[in-house]
Amino acid sequence: MEYLKAFLVGGLICVIGQIILDVTKLTPAHILVIFLTSGVLLGAIGLYEPLVKYGEAGATVPISGFGYALSKGAIEGAKSKGIIGVFSGGIEAAGGGIAAAILFGYIMSLVSEPKTK
Amino acid sequence: MDKMNKKEYQKYAEQKVPKPTYFKNILFAFLVGGTICTLGQIIRNSLFKFGLDEKMVATGTSIILILIGAFLTGIGIYDKIGKIGGAGAAVPITGFANSIVSPAMEFKKEGYIFGVAARMFSIAGPVLVYGIGSSIIVGILYLILTKGR
Amino acid sequence: MAMKRIGSQTVKMSNPPSIIGTASVVGPKEGDGPLKNYFDIILEDDLWGQESFEKSESKIQEEAIKLAITNANLSPKDIEYLFSGDLLNQIISSSYTARQLEIPYFGLYGACSTMAESLSLGAMIVDGGFADKVVCATSSHFSSAERQFRFPLEYGNQRKFSSQWTVTGAGATVLSSTGNGPYITYITTGKILDLGIKDVNNMGGAMAPAAIDTISQHFKDTGYTPDDYDLIITGDLGLVGKKILLDLMKKEGFDLTNNYSDCGIKIFDRAEQDTHAGGSGCGCAAVVFNGYIYKEMIKGNLDRVLLVATGALHSPIITLQGESIPGIAHAVTIDNLVV
Repeated sequence: MEYLKAFLVGGLICVIGQIILDVTKLTPAHILVIFLTSGVLLGAIGLYEPLVKYGEAGATVPISGFGYALSKGAIEGAKSKGIIGVFSGGIEAAGGGIAAAILFGYIMSLVSEPKTK
Repeated sequence: MDKMNKKEYQKYAEQKVPKPTYFKNILFAFLVGGTICTLGQIIRNSLFKFGLDEKMVATGTSIILILIGAFLTGIGIYDKIGKIGGAGAAVPITGFANSIVSPAMEFKKEGYIFGVAARMFSIAGPVLVYGIGSSIIVGILYLILTKGR
Repeated sequence: MAMKRIGSQTVKMSNPPSIIGTASVVGPKEGDGPLKNYFDIILEDDLWGQESFEKSESKIQEEAIKLAITNANLSPKDIEYLFSGDLLNQIISSSYTARQLEIPYFGLYGACSTMAESLSLGAMIVDGGFADKVVCATSSHFSSAERQFRFPLEYGNQRKFSSQWTVTGAGATVLSSTGNGPYITYITTGKILDLGIKDVNNMGGAMAPAAIDTISQHFKDTGYTPDDYDLIITGDLGLVGKKILLDLMKKEGFDLTNNYSDCGIKIFDRAEQDTHAGGSGCGCAAVVFNGYIYKEMIKGNLDRVLLVATGALHSPIITLQGESIPGIAHAVTIDNLVV
């Protein structure tokens, strides 16, 4: 059952992105930044939490979920370590993903070549 | 060519551009995005079975999905997924991985320092800057708003 | 007094230079398209054994130039000037090719209008008595253009229907003061026109005004009409630019419906090859001209052609700074008979 919810929530979030892409002159780069910061803001005011509870991966896998994780991390950091935690909290939450992206990106560049279209 | 002023021409040229296949694009964005998120859910559930807590599961799922996105980019499949899925491929975290791995692969020709390493975040950079930046602002606001208590 | 000028932007050759050799080298996708039988060399892969796409593009241009010279029964030592350019920063494909060929070299930047620009300058230098044998060339490469102007190859972006596909290919023409034609008879040099299009996915829309301006001016300067030509062909306006051109040319009083075409539309099969609005790039007009048009003229299927190569003269940086895309179009008349 939760697979269906993840599919629906994740699919709908992507649909919003697709509509913006097709109707406006915004590019994928704009969409990513808009969704990301929306995730940060909605997470901060507690509105993303219910979406996560319902959709689980459908809400955490899209880039807005990354934003949600960042703001949650910053707030937790603020709670536990004050102002220092504000700076380190977000990165701590997202760090695993960023580190993975760097490592796998580098490895892929070692072993693969871009293919002609 | 002085029969149309700039604004008129811009409107005119815009009209001549074929419109996107809205329904097809939305459908595939839904299907591809939904599928990737469902895959994420499968990974999540599997990690919970290993007895990990919420935080570990969240990070672990991200890492595994990033690996999958990186791998699919490396073998030259993710660009095809993106062509069909549009936002359905760009918005999930696998798209984030694709936006890092594709320049890393592309700019290898310019060397491992000035090519791969320097250009790796040429597309995803804004995600880090605005994501981390806005999280800091949120944290500061949180401190300000709760200091009074 | 400039004796050869007619009207405001056109010159008439007094001893029309003759085309004595051409060559076209294309990548696999172009070699799979509707014009495949017209190209001299079709590559199996677009790296051609080189280490990078930029180096490959340089090799493609070099081989096209050498083959054109061979087809003219000459050797590079016989050539007095090389006119060429490409899309890359600092036109490196052309400069590194010129390095190999050791021909006195004028590097040009006209973006996708370079084929007509090089033919214009080459013809003028021959007609002016400054040289007897020159080579006019240009090239483009899908992968080297993508990584400079757009995205890495493996990036999963969705292209718009108005987007065009940069042609991987190079074309070269050898012009001589003596020969049996086809001849370059008239040259109409374009001005830059910018009507404020900022959409880099709508190059056709950005360049069409320049094409309309140059073609109209050509007719006004020479007194010819569209029916005086067997073919009026633009470089890469694509499907969107074509619609705009035909429509707005009618408003200028010129109906091109019967004999107009576009190299970008001809070079790919839109349905089979998924190239959206059509081919683009300097190589587009170059390979279609040096392959298809030249061979059809030699056969006598086309006698009088107006080649109007169109270019978009922006850069990724200036576009990010909010500037619009300026267009230019150069027209060259190629005729089997000397007028």
